[in-house]
Amino acid sequence: MDRMKKVPVKEQDPKVRAKNFNEVCLGYTEEEAVIEASRCLNCKNPLCVKGCPVSIDIPLFIQHVKNREFEKAAKVIAKYSSLPSVCGRVCPQETQCEGKCVLGIKGEPVSIGKLERFVGDWSRENNINLTDTEPKKNKKVAVIGSGPAGLTCAGDLAKKGYDVTIFEALHETGGVLVYGIPEFRLPKDKVVKSEIENIKKLGVKIETNVIVGRTAKIDKLIKEEHYEAIFIGSGAGLPKFMGIPGENLNGVFAANEFLTRVNLMKAYRTDYATPVKIGKKVAVVGGGNVAMDAARTALRLGAEAHIVYRRSEEELPARVEEVHHAKEEGVNFDLLTNPVEILSDENGWVKGMKCIRMELGQPDKSGRRRPIPMEGSEFIIDVDMVIMSLGTSPNPLIPSTTEGLDINKWKCIVVDEETCKTSKEKVYAGGDAVTGAATVILAMEAGKKAAKAIHEHLLKK
Amino acid sequence: MFKIIKKKVLVPNIYLMDVEAPRVASTAMPGQFVIVKTDEKGERVPLTICDYDRERGTVTIVFQAVGYSTIEMAKYEEGQYFQDFVGPLGKPSEFLNEDIQELKNKKVLFISGGVGAAPVYPQVKWFHDNGMKSDVIMGVRTKELLILEDEMRAVADNVYVTTDDGSYGTKGLVTEKFKELVENQGKKYDYVVAIGPIIMMKYAALTTKPYGIKTIVSMNPLMVDGTGMCGACRVTIGNETKFACVDGPEFDGHLVDFDEAMRRQAMYKTEEGREKLKMEEPNQDKHHHHHGGCGCCGGEE
Repeated sequence: MDRMKKVPVKEQDPKVRAKNFNEVCLGYTEEEAVIEASRCLNCKNPLCVKGCPVSIDIPLFIQHVKNREFEKAAKVIAKYSSLPSVCGRVCPQETQCEGKCVLGIKGEPVSIGKLERFVGDWSRENNINLTDTEPKKNKKVAVIGSGPAGLTCAGDLAKKGYDVTIFEALHETGGVLVYGIPEFRLPKDKVVKSEIENIKKLGVKIETNVIVGRTAKIDKLIKEEHYEAIFIGSGAGLPKFMGIPGENLNGVFAANEFLTRVNLMKAYRTDYATPVKIGKKVAVVGGGNVAMDAARTALRLGAEAHIVYRRSEEELPARVEEVHHAKEEGVNFDLLTNPVEILSDENGWVKGMKCIRMELGQPDKSGRRRPIPMEGSEFIIDVDMVIMSLGTSPNPLIPSTTEGLDINKWKCIVVDEETCKTSKEKVYAGGDAVTGAATVILAMEAGKKAAKAIHEHLLKK
Repeated sequence: MFKIIKKKVLVPNIYLMDVEAPRVASTAMPGQFVIVKTDEKGERVPLTICDYDRERGTVTIVFQAVGYSTIEMAKYEEGQYFQDFVGPLGKPSEFLNEDIQELKNKKVLFISGGVGAAPVYPQVKWFHDNGMKSDVIMGVRTKELLILEDEMRAVADNVYVTTDDGSYGTKGLVTEKFKELVENQGKKYDYVVAIGPIIMMKYAALTTKPYGIKTIVSMNPLMVDGTGMCGACRVTIGNETKFACVDGPEFDGHLVDFDEAMRRQAMYKTEEGREKLKMEEPNQDKHHHHHGGCGCCGGEE
């Protein structure tokens, strides 16, 4: 073993996986996990923990893996996170735990994410009971939204003995974990459902098909249904469009629609009733993880997929691993390119996209170099389908139907950073509903903070 | 799970169901809709709310079995359960925000086309329940497709039925009846609500425009989630893109881009490679309807 190098993880062959929806990364075997765990230096002052938004005791769980005490490892993680199999797969570890690992200075950091995933998968396969809860407190808390923020908040409060009910607008629980992130990155039945089952085993009740703001209002939940605290984790699901001509042509989709059809409604399977449209040549506009997911999904449905992004490769907001996987599978990257108009055939269908070449100027406020259109450089890409993946913003439904709930100019709910408390009494919020579109683990961190603050508040009463 | 309390065949292929959904029934208002999903593998089908009973906790839906999903729905019997039934979705009808005293001074006309009678009914009933009268023109292709006539007569001031083939009521289109009422019978209307197939709503809006009568239509685009997260249902209203599921479904008919809406509704009509749809949805080629079907569309091509 070379201490400076990660134990490589097996993956499906790119040519094979580009045609199926099975998981790309196959994960570590027990042997591989033990060897990888033995690379950890077990630092006295572990920086990796500081890099983890939910502060998992990383060296401790890794030492357990090294000693083949997988159950103990699972129990260590369970203290901090109810979603290890999810986070091990979708966290951007390179900028979090692994980004801080001291081995990363001279060599490759410990594969903390893959080890967490291994432990999560192992405990599922071996039916480990992770449902220790404190005695019942007989206090009701409502959680709105069953995405990563809501699930974490609900799980933490249930462990403390609260009577928690999650209200979910869709027919399935999991939020972006079920409608957004594709099966080939995050298996739904195997991973997401079973981690949600674990949260239910803590005593959390889930009511699907309840749209807070329409089916029931926040004030009603407090006054008539007697919830003593409410956590809003409703996410940022409202898609953005560019506002260019031709965006309402047939064949132009928001990434959210395309991915919801495929992931949540399983439109890629012919035994499910929801249809999905797929072109021969598909342009995905944007450069984030959602754009990569959309392009790789389109490819799997048989299209030639292109990422159209206005900056250069260096500025792509997507994870390096996802860009790498997309390239391996044959996704094309049309960089420094920005659409200005979508062109129609005689039936109102997309037949092409007029783009303009961009060059990079000085860094803007985000620190990234600003793209500037090059005059006279317009050209046409022949595509028959366009997927807009320009980011999302919070849905205004809850703030607009709840009196006294303040939002900022980006329509995000305003909270106290430490406690996640909103301007309205008894109401807390966290995740994308507060920050705008961010990551799964940051949403979990907010859910955790809010659970702590709700607990402290209700203890005082 | 949501229990079907009552099922009634109104006319061949058009079904009425009362579904037990207490949360939806407790907050439903005229103009809003629900999304129904029969089972694990079903799709999410938007249907306008026809009626609701807050005490019994039931919501009434009326739908025409035209596509794969509505044909599946029609197979469900009393006592069986739909897996998912979510709502109320969309904004309640605009007049619910208006001052009732002011509304009482207005003459309101409802125009329904085909199954559009189902979403029109709760609105007419709302006027009736609040001590106001309104007129209704109910248009259908032929007599056998007329639904909710008695119910409508019980709550409306005047009900005028038109049939394309003259088999009942006046022969002709709803727009012709409208012109006749205004031009020949001296009727004055301040406000028109037209709900039915998109082509009917388009012509209804075109007909009322020269008279300067405010006209509201209820759009029925393709939908997936119905909560504003996907944009499948986007429509152009006065050069602005709106999501029908959250900003609507009701809009000012004089501002709607109907041609775009019709084009977008047909998006999945030519879908290839979906064996199931081709085999089990024999009507899809000749039907104007979006996949899955919303109760708004009538027996009209």
